[in-house]
Amino acid sequence: MTLPDMSRRAMLVKLGLFFNGVVAVVLAVPILRYVLSPVLGGRKTSYTSWLALGPLEQYPAGQTRFATFRNPDVTAWDGKTADSACWVRRIDTAKFQVFAINCAHLGCPVRWFPQSGLFMCPCHGGAYYEDGSRASGPPERGLFEYPYKIEDGKLFIQAGELPTPGSPTALVNIGEKFPCA
Amino acid sequence: MQSIGEWLDARLQLAGTVRETMEHRVPRDTSSFFYVFGSAALTVFMLQIVTGILLAIVYVPSAGEAWNSLQTLNHSVPLGWYIRALHGWGSNFMVAIVLIHMVQVFLFGAYKFPRELTWVVGIFLLLMTLGMAFSGQVLRFDQDAFWGIGIGASIASRVPVMGAWTVHLLLGGPIIAGATLSRFFALHVFVIPGLLIAFVSLHLLMVLKLGINEWPMPGRIVRKATYEKQYHELTASDGVPFFPGAIYKDIFFTGCILLALAVVAFYFGPFGPSGRPDPTIIQTAPRPDYFFLWLYALLSLLPPEMETPALLIGPVVVLLGLLLLPFIFGEGEKSWRRRPVAVLTILLVAVALGTFTDLAGHAPWSPVMDAWSGDPIPATFLEHRTALERQGALLFQLKQCHNCHALGNEGGKRGPALDNVALIQTQDQMIRQVIQGGGNMPAYGKNLSPPEVTALVAFLRTLHPAAQMPARDASREVVNQNAPAGQPF
Repeated sequence: MTLPDMSRRAMLVKLGLFFNGVVAVVLAVPILRYVLSPVLGGRKTSYTSWLALGPLEQYPAGQTRFATFRNPDVTAWDGKTADSACWVRRIDTAKFQVFAINCAHLGCPVRWFPQSGLFMCPCHGGAYYEDGSRASGPPERGLFEYPYKIEDGKLFIQAGELPTPGSPTALVNIGEKFPCA
Repeated sequence: MQSIGEWLDARLQLAGTVRETMEHRVPRDTSSFFYVFGSAALTVFMLQIVTGILLAIVYVPSAGEAWNSLQTLNHSVPLGWYIRALHGWGSNFMVAIVLIHMVQVFLFGAYKFPRELTWVVGIFLLLMTLGMAFSGQVLRFDQDAFWGIGIGASIASRVPVMGAWTVHLLLGGPIIAGATLSRFFALHVFVIPGLLIAFVSLHLLMVLKLGINEWPMPGRIVRKATYEKQYHELTASDGVPFFPGAIYKDIFFTGCILLALAVVAFYFGPFGPSGRPDPTIIQTAPRPDYFFLWLYALLSLLPPEMETPALLIGPVVVLLGLLLLPFIFGEGEKSWRRRPVAVLTILLVAVALGTFTDLAGHAPWSPVMDAWSGDPIPATFLEHRTALERQGALLFQLKQCHNCHALGNEGGKRGPALDNVALIQTQDQMIRQVIQGGGNMPAYGKNLSPPEVTALVAFLRTLHPAAQMPARDASREVVNQNAPAGQPF
């Protein structure tokens, strides 16, 4: 085997590797796009759609009631997990507060106790007053609130995203707002 | 039979390698029951693969159907419950054995030169084992699993800047639903097991190539320049072939572990599933599986302002410490007899984890959500009480005080037990505490009328031993003496 022949083969190996690298990049683009689909938009309209919580008569003034709704983005195989729950506090005729069911600490479902006027969390002992403000326990903030509107005597909220301490509103438009942007 | 073997080996050419591997010489001291945990972990892992595949035959990885398919496994498929029990308990066994293996390796100094990379790979194996435990809990997809993912998401969301992204990537969308279960299924069944198999192979390969760690002797110092030569001299002069010289203890112990697993799984049965994963059923108190209970306790007990830093920085520090350990302490004494700090570290970690796990068992920080309606006030606290005091006792129940405060050991332990509260607080202090709250107690001023406060405090004033007087404010008497007649406090 002669030396020029060797370098020719070595060059062919390098060329082959480069060719494979290019193909890898070409393949990586759709794969990454697929893997990152939950965060790269495409669904953003759902966060701003209004979800019906039923007629206003269901919510007597001065009281806090349990309500459920179906999330805007669902698949046929979501089963019951397509549903979510919230607490609706009617302050007076037109003023409401709609609290997410999730504790602001780590997301466990809080329960309303009308007798003591407190929301209590069964997990780590967070407690909130009737207006959702923090009363005691590990939460660093009050309960998460969903934006609401009243139309045709019905209550609507904007929900559809699991509220978490790092993304506390239901209106984080992931698709529109990149981190660091 | 022999001719078939010869025919096969003529083609596979493996017999020589296998024999060489099995008969490689190991230091005589390592034929010990302290050296069996690695092989036991591997065996349980292989059993997990088998039972996992068996479960996958029936299990449906769909948010709508997973829970139902587990019910089918538990109740309809013959011995489906047992395969589930084996897999669930196998997971607990595996985490436990991996941890014991890690402690043994640490105390025997086995991570030191030249086995640093074996240790580092082992750390990744530990992480993957824990990842399997968590993702497996998710696949159970019951109430605990559902809210457990929510807790995971809440923790992940605290990552600066990338928090919301991380949550969406973890959940496969904006909420916990079908996509969440599917991606945890892919993780639990393909991604992590694949990595585990690759890393276990690497781990084993290094154990074979570098030789098993010799029994540490106090004073036998590891030095990079001389260690390998000394090790080879040791295996040559005082070594035994791994097969059968050392392996018989591995085989015996592995058999015991598998038998224990089989018995435990048979006796205790499968884990759950608990309630249906329905986000609108909120009468639930989610608890993590056993090996994450300590974390549950930690998250309850950390002061709120320390929580996010601890959650985000703590794991990084621990992980970096573990990964850097063999590079910082790669030489020197191996014997635990000469490494008091190592021994104390293990003791400290064990006591801390044990205490947190034990605390999580009764979760004193969680209100007992139905104590107000379900737990009675013991009769001794109600006998010979006035109508006003009994009215206070009623309010104690009605206003959910009992959810956080115990009486006669019944009720919540979020706040202090009130059996002797009258010894500690004066009437004025009680009124202030009830109305304004404080010290982690909510203020009840808005939800108690003045007569209700009077009744409640009257009841609380009766909570003291018969032989001891309740606490009183000495200045009150003077004030009352000086008060106009007929208007004492």
